[in-house]
Amino acid sequence: MSDKSNQNDDIVFEAIDLSINALRDDKSELPIVKGVNFKVRRGEVVALIGESGSGKTTISLSALGYCKPGLIFAGGQAKLLGHDVTKMSVNELRPLRGEKVAYLAQSAAATFNPSILINEQVTEAAVLHGSKTQQQADEKALALYKALELPDPENIGSRYPHQVSGGQLQRLMAAMALCGDPDLLVLDEPTTALDVTTQIEVLKAFKHVIKVEEAAAIYVTHDLAVVAQIADHIVVLYNGEVKEAGPTETIINSPQHPYTKRLMDAIKPLPEPGQGEQSSDKHLRTSPALEVKQVDAGYGKVRNGKAAVQVLRDINVAIERGKTVGVIGESGCGKSTLARVMAGLLPPAQGDILLDGEPLPPSVRERTTDQLRKVQFVYQMADTALNPRQRIKDIIGRPVQFYDLASGKDVRKRVDELLELVELPVQFADRYPHELSGGQKQRVSLARALAANPEVVLCDEVTSALDTIVGANVIELLKRLRRELGVSFIFISHDLSTVASFADEIVVLYAGRVAEQGPTDRVLSPPYHPYTRLLISSVPETRVGWLEESSESREAQSAVQGDVKLTEKGCPFHTRCPMAIEGTCAELDPPRRVGALGHIIECHLEFDGLS
Amino acid sequence: MFPLIVKRLAVGLLTVLAVSIIIFFGTKVLPGDAAQIRLGQAATAENIAAMRERLGLDQPMIVQYWTWLKNFVSGDLGVSLAADVPITDLISDRYKYTLIVSGLTALIGVPISLMLGILGAMFPGSIYDRVLTFISVSLVAAPEFFTATLLVLLFVFWLGMGNAVVVGSIEGKGFFELIKHFALPITTLCFVIASQLIRMSRAAVLNVMSSPYVEMAILKGVPRKRIIFRHALLNALGPIVNVVALNLAYLVTGVIVVEVYFGYPGLATLIVQGVQTRDFVLIQGLGMLFCLTYVILMLIADIAAFASNPRLRHPK
Repeated sequence: MSDKSNQNDDIVFEAIDLSINALRDDKSELPIVKGVNFKVRRGEVVALIGESGSGKTTISLSALGYCKPGLIFAGGQAKLLGHDVTKMSVNELRPLRGEKVAYLAQSAAATFNPSILINEQVTEAAVLHGSKTQQQADEKALALYKALELPDPENIGSRYPHQVSGGQLQRLMAAMALCGDPDLLVLDEPTTALDVTTQIEVLKAFKHVIKVEEAAAIYVTHDLAVVAQIADHIVVLYNGEVKEAGPTETIINSPQHPYTKRLMDAIKPLPEPGQGEQSSDKHLRTSPALEVKQVDAGYGKVRNGKAAVQVLRDINVAIERGKTVGVIGESGCGKSTLARVMAGLLPPAQGDILLDGEPLPPSVRERTTDQLRKVQFVYQMADTALNPRQRIKDIIGRPVQFYDLASGKDVRKRVDELLELVELPVQFADRYPHELSGGQKQRVSLARALAANPEVVLCDEVTSALDTIVGANVIELLKRLRRELGVSFIFISHDLSTVASFADEIVVLYAGRVAEQGPTDRVLSPPYHPYTRLLISSVPETRVGWLEESSESREAQSAVQGDVKLTEKGCPFHTRCPMAIEGTCAELDPPRRVGALGHIIECHLEFDGLS
Repeated sequence: MFPLIVKRLAVGLLTVLAVSIIIFFGTKVLPGDAAQIRLGQAATAENIAAMRERLGLDQPMIVQYWTWLKNFVSGDLGVSLAADVPITDLISDRYKYTLIVSGLTALIGVPISLMLGILGAMFPGSIYDRVLTFISVSLVAAPEFFTATLLVLLFVFWLGMGNAVVVGSIEGKGFFELIKHFALPITTLCFVIASQLIRMSRAAVLNVMSSPYVEMAILKGVPRKRIIFRHALLNALGPIVNVVALNLAYLVTGVIVVEVYFGYPGLATLIVQGVQTRDFVLIQGLGMLFCLTYVILMLIADIAAFASNPRLRHPK
């Protein structure tokens, strides 16, 4: 008997037949969460995984007795430390929140109040609830800053949120959650918005701190590889229902439910050579479709061929017809700026852009209609890139008319063709963007770009905002289009796995400079640029224990982020590089070493030293 | 932040300059001759020519403008055409009245309206909020003379308190005596500015209330009062300060109906007199004064908005 009661004491959170409904405008209710059951024991991390719309965030918030506006608890219980929080009033809940249960949101940048100093926000809950004096809370915060390996822990609290980096802010949010010594942590996709190299450090910090504080946690994510590193138990959700639940090892290694299997199948393979589908050479011509030569670019006034804020330095990229060039790098490395330069949205401070071997005017304003037609842009957020008040047929039909490719009835015919091309039903032509799903909207964006019969399509993070399975389908579509139409793609992404499976060539950007470029298989196999090696080793593997192993490797040491800045001279990576040569890398521009098949590495070390 | 303020200052100066050109040349193209107005209908042609010379009206336009602008900057607004006294003398008495009434209105009206608006944002959709919205929308729609009439009906005729017009001297009166003296115009003006202030402060705070960091504060168990006053208000300050400044400017320059209704001499009635007597010099002087008031108030609002934004206060 005593054994059993002990077990019950261990349960920090328990969802019993939990149901949550959405209130519609006509007062009817739509079930969002349909009778979910799971338990979280002390010292345990339970992952809720599923795609967008699976109800995972909604369920996790129920642990705080909170529903997003427009949602209501419809039945069942959410028991926090034995008390059902769904039945509590706001006044009863307030002492629990931040004290017994704490929340970490996806975007720390949006979650920190921009007008209040970090330390006040971190210590606020503990001090308000009276569990700590301001001084005790400050001490606790300082200890957490140190445990989370934040730089300058003594002073980081007296800064404003905009004065620290994204990865640091994400860890500061963990400090904010842990400051009140909560029994349960709710983490909602806390690393999804981060770069892989930053994700590793944040994951390590979270795991360490959860262990030290002996907290229990609900970890919400769509990323199985992340789950494998951090969770003890997995609950697989689909459409508001639990499809499968069990220990991490079991779910990862032998998934039972078909949906779990589908999720496992959609996991991107690790970026390794030989998996990319090589495109055919049948569309090749003598000159590349698009080429940028010795381009410097940046923002602000241009003086003496230099922009006030320099973003790109000495970039050389050529895209052959019918081929795909993947551009990869961390946020802020200048990937999107490069696309804007190619599109003519940002005239370069120096250097040339060639289209089919002919010089292309730097600014869109000076380009002819035909030159504009040949280079098209597809944006990351289809939501904001499509006019919400135009029907799909108008969105796709507009470039057809603008570039004089068809007129009258033929426009509609062309729209139908394009819809078929991107594998959407023709009936969608009469719909508005908001009637489509995220993946469908991205296909419309793509159709709009293809409507111009372009030679080059610039894809800026086109799959980043999509669920894994949906994103994989869009990539399949791109592969088909490349094969059939002979269009060249610039594929910009922070996701090395996606690029590896799709691109003929990869350009690795670091702080506005090319670190390495060449055919995909060459870039993904030794010799590597030290930064490429770091990127590849940072992609989480879907197996338990990977995080610990990678922490011990030499590359992981360099993941601790120094300042990513474009330097006037020398190699910008030298502050993080484990192989940096004292006195050389900081002072001298790295030489451009050219290997076989146009493989280029910019490093002071010889190819031999890099393999 | 400092370069930003300098930039705003420069833009403000440019605005004043542009307005001075519009005012000066605008009054010049109006029909009527200053010398003629000054001397009256009976004046002979020689007299008028002599007066034109004295007033400098025989000079080229540009020179006239330059002289006028120079004098304005040194504080000389010229001599009234209708009353033959310096404009500064005409204005100084009136300015006192306007400043007292608008100052007291701002002192009472602004804090109350902001509090009401913020309370509305604290309980959106509640009975209080709906009543507040209804009243403030009605007040926006009601013209000033209507509000004033209602107040006079209520206080003077039904409750038998005080006079329907402002009478008596303001000399030697203290703060509360002044409030009593101008009770009705101040109340009317409070109603006028309240509607906009309430709606704007409510909207600005509500806008911030839907942001993720406010949701985070809720999830940290921060009480509602603290969420509003510590988390939301700081970030809603920019738009609120701007509306306050706009309303203050209106109190200085646009209260003509209220001044006429309650029969006290302020700046707004003075400019109407200037138009009626075709006193161009007076119109020019007052026009510039109003313009300066607007520009200075907006500048203060901008600086306050900058100062409330940590991104501008503490750049990276």
